[in-house]
Amino acid sequence: MRLLKSLALASAASVVAIAGAAIAQDKQPLTIVSWGGAYSMSQQKAYSEPYTAKTGIKILNEDKSNEALAGVRSQVEAGQVTWDIVDMLQSDAQRACEEGLLQKINPDEWLAPAPDGTPASQDFIEGTLGECFIPQILYATLFAYDTRDFPNGGPQTIADIWDVQKFPGTRALENIPQKNLEWALIADGVPAEEVYTVLATEEGQDRAFKKLDELKPNIIWWTQGAQPPQLLADGEAAIATAYNGRIFSAQVDEKQPFKIMWDRQMFEVDGWTIPAGVKNEAGVKDYIFFATDTQRLADQSKYIAYAPARKSSIPLVGKHEATGEEMLPHMPTQEDNFKTAVRFDTDFWATYGDALEERWNAWVNS
Amino acid sequence: MTDTAMSGPASFADAGRVRDPSAAPLTTADGLPLKAALRRSQRRLRLQAVLLVLPLLLFIFVTFAIPIAMMMSRSVQNPEVSEFPPETAAVIDDWDGEGLPGEEVFAAMARDLATGQENNTVGRVTARINREIPGARGFMLGTAREAATLQPPYKEAMLAANKGWGNERYWRLLKRETRSITPAYYLLALDYEYDSNGAIVKRPANYQVYQPLFLRTAWMSLVITGLTILLGYPVAYLLASLPLRTSNLLMILVLLPFWTSLLVRTSAWIVLLQQQGVINDLLVFSGLLGDGSRLRMIYNQTGTIVAMTHVLLPFMILPLYSVMKTISPSYMRAARSLGASNFRAFVTVYLPMTIPGIAAGTLLVFILAVGYYITPALVGGDSGIFISNLIAENMRGTGAQVRLAAALSTLLLVGVLLFYWLFNKIVGVDRLKFG
Amino acid sequence: MIASPNGHQNGNVGAGDASYVRFENVQKSYDGESLVVKDLNLDIPRGEFLTMLGPSGSGKTTCLMMLAGFEPATHGEIFLNGHPINNLPPHKRGIGMVFQNYALFPHMTVAENLAYPLKVRGMSKVEIETRVKRALDMVELPRMAGRRPAQLSGGQQQRVAVARAVVFEPDLVLMDEPLGALDKQLREQMQYEVKHIQERLGVTVVYVTHDQTEALTMSDRVAVFNDGRIQQLSSPKDLYEAPTSSFVAKFIGENNVLSGRIASIEGDTCRVDLDGGGTVGAVPIAVQGIGSRTSLSIRPERVVLDPGPDVPNGLDGVILELIYLGDHIRVRMDVAGNDEFIVKIPNGAEMRPLERGARVRLGWRTRDCRALDPVG
Repeated sequence: MRLLKSLALASAASVVAIAGAAIAQDKQPLTIVSWGGAYSMSQQKAYSEPYTAKTGIKILNEDKSNEALAGVRSQVEAGQVTWDIVDMLQSDAQRACEEGLLQKINPDEWLAPAPDGTPASQDFIEGTLGECFIPQILYATLFAYDTRDFPNGGPQTIADIWDVQKFPGTRALENIPQKNLEWALIADGVPAEEVYTVLATEEGQDRAFKKLDELKPNIIWWTQGAQPPQLLADGEAAIATAYNGRIFSAQVDEKQPFKIMWDRQMFEVDGWTIPAGVKNEAGVKDYIFFATDTQRLADQSKYIAYAPARKSSIPLVGKHEATGEEMLPHMPTQEDNFKTAVRFDTDFWATYGDALEERWNAWVNS
Repeated sequence: MTDTAMSGPASFADAGRVRDPSAAPLTTADGLPLKAALRRSQRRLRLQAVLLVLPLLLFIFVTFAIPIAMMMSRSVQNPEVSEFPPETAAVIDDWDGEGLPGEEVFAAMARDLATGQENNTVGRVTARINREIPGARGFMLGTAREAATLQPPYKEAMLAANKGWGNERYWRLLKRETRSITPAYYLLALDYEYDSNGAIVKRPANYQVYQPLFLRTAWMSLVITGLTILLGYPVAYLLASLPLRTSNLLMILVLLPFWTSLLVRTSAWIVLLQQQGVINDLLVFSGLLGDGSRLRMIYNQTGTIVAMTHVLLPFMILPLYSVMKTISPSYMRAARSLGASNFRAFVTVYLPMTIPGIAAGTLLVFILAVGYYITPALVGGDSGIFISNLIAENMRGTGAQVRLAAALSTLLLVGVLLFYWLFNKIVGVDRLKFG
Repeated sequence: MIASPNGHQNGNVGAGDASYVRFENVQKSYDGESLVVKDLNLDIPRGEFLTMLGPSGSGKTTCLMMLAGFEPATHGEIFLNGHPINNLPPHKRGIGMVFQNYALFPHMTVAENLAYPLKVRGMSKVEIETRVKRALDMVELPRMAGRRPAQLSGGQQQRVAVARAVVFEPDLVLMDEPLGALDKQLREQMQYEVKHIQERLGVTVVYVTHDQTEALTMSDRVAVFNDGRIQQLSSPKDLYEAPTSSFVAKFIGENNVLSGRIASIEGDTCRVDLDGGGTVGAVPIAVQGIGSRTSLSIRPERVVLDPGPDVPNGLDGVILELIYLGDHIRVRMDVAGNDEFIVKIPNGAEMRPLERGARVRLGWRTRDCRALDPVG
């Protein structure tokens, strides 16, 4: 009897294994391009590993999102599209979409509705879905500081950042015009909702650069997302702009005494795009449908402190996988954190980016 | 010659042939022209030689010549305006460029926008135009979305939809950039631009970035090259004059940086040079500096110069060493026995004999330095970055930025070739010794 | 002033002529474990052509380098013209030097090479020009002034090197195997030229070579070096005719060696029992006494075949090999157990035919056979 049972089990298992192998064989692997490091890791844990477990389809990862725009452009122009899904910043996705390099996506056709039946187009945070872009996470760029440098309390507002008398110390800023010019205007008294209108004018730009001139002697520049926590930890900077997830890992994983100043955090989204003319469209669609549903997006926040882009995912945000830290208070979208948040306007930067980047480089190098 | 002279006229002819090969070609014993016979006998050898280098030539062609040619062509290509609003491009040439164009140009643009919206290609031309008229992207994309619903007369309809269409400069730009080849990116790369009338003018001062950066790149590379000579010369001398066993050990120390990842080396410099770094700590500890006045030695020019000098030092030491190794100590001894002090003997005899090594090292280090990218990016901060850093940045951007990057790269390449040519004029490349 | 252990007085100009260069108890070690030069004492009078001859590693070049100032003496003192020069740097010694590879500066023309020592001494342009011209005339290269060393033949380079070493009129010129790189014919010619220049200028020359012919043809005196010591210091003639040790006898010219034991000594001759049988007469030079072992040295040209009654020393030998050399014939024989015994027979009119394998009687005069220290 026992023998019979185990025989039956064994044969059943082998049938399943064979069937699984057959399915895996006729389903092509997917090549997914992302940023690498902890961020890719969180995607693999939350999306790819469960997807492979479910379907048997292998996922090949490439860490090329740094050159996503140039890479997609050359693949599409050459007609040799080898990337199936590309993780991009919203601003890059917008440029690529306008150049016709990306597949257009109808959200309600491609994406799962929320558990309560809300269609996908209503479930994502307003203004984050693009014509060719499905957001996964919302992240914030903000100021953080080392509490050791400010025993009597650190800066609380953007104006404090500019106050080097009261809050002395080096500021580490990213060497790009984006966000820095917005903050400069806010520090100069421009209301947050008018920042982009002002920045679209010649006088507004002059005003922003002039405000930055004040701070320039106290600035060192960073170019890689990993640098600001390191600069704070080394004591090279007292205050730094950074991505909130990076500061979170320094605080929680490395126990650094850093504090985030949520005032006027600038948030934007990062998400999936699909190059125009991708070969395995059905496979891509299947993966995207799976990876962007409410539960999957919530799962990602177990591994990294970025907020899910679906409103329905937010209640599902749980604890940090590695440390058991409650994640909700670290989310940029958490109520207190989000009070004065400024949405990063990718449309503005698509229009004025070329000129402002040149002026920025001229200013930085002068 | 006497017996030839005696054996008659035929021998005279023979003698003449020997003296003047142009009169009648020499032949081999069986009557083949000597030159042809020689060529045939060497053909096999030459064929072998060609076959041996063929893989390398192919490799260079595929991985070097073709990409460079493509990069250079990309820097002048200008397909956006002529290809993506094709109907507008066809009719705008007839417009005289005064005021606003007529209804037929607007109508063509409306049709182009509709097609572009359908094919998802509007963005290519908007990016190109927006590069020179920020904001053009907005009204073009906006109108494109409604292009299908526009009714004639188009001129009025479009001007009503967005007053951006009334920008005369916009239309003049379109007319100018229908050409398929443009110098616009080279102008930009040299900090020039077209003004609203299409004349070439210098960009406003707060936009001038590439020219000063080219100069800084060249100047800092020269400083770095000079430092590698100053630091590398004594080391190479020591290597060349020590007994083999000791010098081999030292050589490993010199080569060690070669075997270490560039990133690791650069990070090591960060640890050393930063304000809370080892050197500043030592200076503060020894009382030479107050804690409040720590030196900023990184994220500026100093950082780039220090780190790059270290990274490039082996490229100076190796050619120097290979030259010094061949200089017999008897030259210095000769000079000293002839009455020259150690210093004078060094300056007048040893130093001139090492010039081929110095020159080779200079060429290597300078050209490598001019194109350096990672180290300046990591430790250069604002004042210590090189032109390559901006090339890389533009490379990742919009189509127009990529073309600008190509123009900058081409200019950099031309600069390097110019340096090489000058160098050859002054020093003579045939005198170099790379080791 | 350092009082030398031998009681020599320093700084004495009169002494300078008889011992213009003086090595006094000089020792040299490179590694602190072995001595390359062992207790060297040597006086070189002004105007002499002295050659240091020896195999490589014998210490001769080291002596030259110490004299030139490129190597410090580990112990002892070197005097130049009566002055101690141990602490004098090379460029202040005023010694001309010719190097093995000539060491002509490749980046300068011939004229610039010659002008170098004059320029260093701050001479006027005109003065330099005349001297350079004179020096080029002396070495018969007047038209080569504008050439670079690499454009000259080996012999021409050699001449320029000599000219450069003397153009600033030093009293002492050192030469370190200067002819080593030349082919045989050129070398012989240069030997005479160097000698003539030395005689004409009257300079003192210390010459280092391992080529005995060079040493014999050029030198006033030859110091034979071996193992860090001077084995013999004498004129070329004495060196060849009257070697005082087996090493010198073997090193200079060709030499036949027969081993044996001293049987008796009578005045300035002795009798030696040969190991290979027979007893011969010899001149005792370096022998310990009756019964001690000795090596006999006989020059090949002093051996006669079929000796007459006036030749006292006779032995039998077997002809092993005959080599025809035109003016003479070399005969290799087996004599008293030595099968490398060479006899040179002048190609005279009355020479009798010789055959390989033939047994021949040979002999020599007692004064041509020198009993020296035993070898092996």
